[in-house]
Amino acid sequence: MDNDTAIAMASIITAGLTTGIGCMFPALSEGKSVATALSSIAQQPDAAPTITRTLFVGLAMIESTAIYCFVVSMILIFANPFWNHVIAK
Amino acid sequence: MKMTPDQTVFWGHGFITINLTLVTTWAIMLFMVLGAKLITRNLKSNNKISRWQCVLEMIVTSINEQINDVGLPKPELYIGFIGTLFLFVAMCNFWIILPWYQPPTGSLSTTTALALCVFLSVPYFGIQKSGIGGYLKTYIQPTFIMLPFNIVSELSRTLALAVRLFGNIMSGVMIIGILLSITPLFIPIVMKALGLLTGMVQAYIFSILATVYIAAAVQESVKKDKKIKQQKLTTN
Repeated sequence: MDNDTAIAMASIITAGLTTGIGCMFPALSEGKSVATALSSIAQQPDAAPTITRTLFVGLAMIESTAIYCFVVSMILIFANPFWNHVIAK
Repeated sequence: MKMTPDQTVFWGHGFITINLTLVTTWAIMLFMVLGAKLITRNLKSNNKISRWQCVLEMIVTSINEQINDVGLPKPELYIGFIGTLFLFVAMCNFWIILPWYQPPTGSLSTTTALALCVFLSVPYFGIQKSGIGGYLKTYIQPTFIMLPFNIVSELSRTLALAVRLFGNIMSGVMIIGILLSITPLFIPIVMKALGLLTGMVQAYIFSILATVYIAAAVQESVKKDKKIKQQKLTTN
């Protein structure tokens, strides 16, 4: 296996792993936060607007970690600097 | 596959290029400015207002309410910036209902520009409200040790703002592109609806986060105002 193949393989496998793992844990934590928010809304329906707003902001924060992973894997596939180096060679 | 509308270049000379992002952004800006101008041409304050004035009043009132809820009293000072951010991002994400439209928020340059605006607006509003000393004091809250962390957080949250919006919109466009080549019949429509929802939520999140950051910068003087009010109440 020469160097070019190794670079291509490493990029593709890492891209898959990045999105896979990076979706798994944010999904778990998002589920947890939504469940907690729902139970607290059930306990205190009066506080629903505040809880919903905070929930949305928190969800966006958690989701952005997944988005970072996605962006990294997109860079690995479509704009890989190492692969560009190989192509230029 | 075209990841961002930056890659569609119409005209270029030197380092000045006119690409699809610029064209769409300016079209949306023109649309919004002309629309606002047309609606506010003859405003009335009696009972018989036009439909469009009613819509605009609803938008302005609800944005004001949201800003107030997050912790910025006197939202009239901030709605010019925050409301524009929200409406612009929401408009950019909303027009994906049109065919062949590529949202300019799916380009990292647009979102970076918006995030930089937020980055600069924080010291602007902070200094306006509590003076340079008062603003700089927010960096050493709660103790002096937190100074480097506060500076790093200022930079990292700007980066996060830009990449969050870009990633969300770009992923929506990518998913639709991929699905079009696999199951082109109905599934892309469902994903487009989901993208519409994500776009609206992201516009909301973007402006709410900007509000939270500005609120953190002007917090000092707000606290002081409250203290003075309480003292007045107790003395009375």
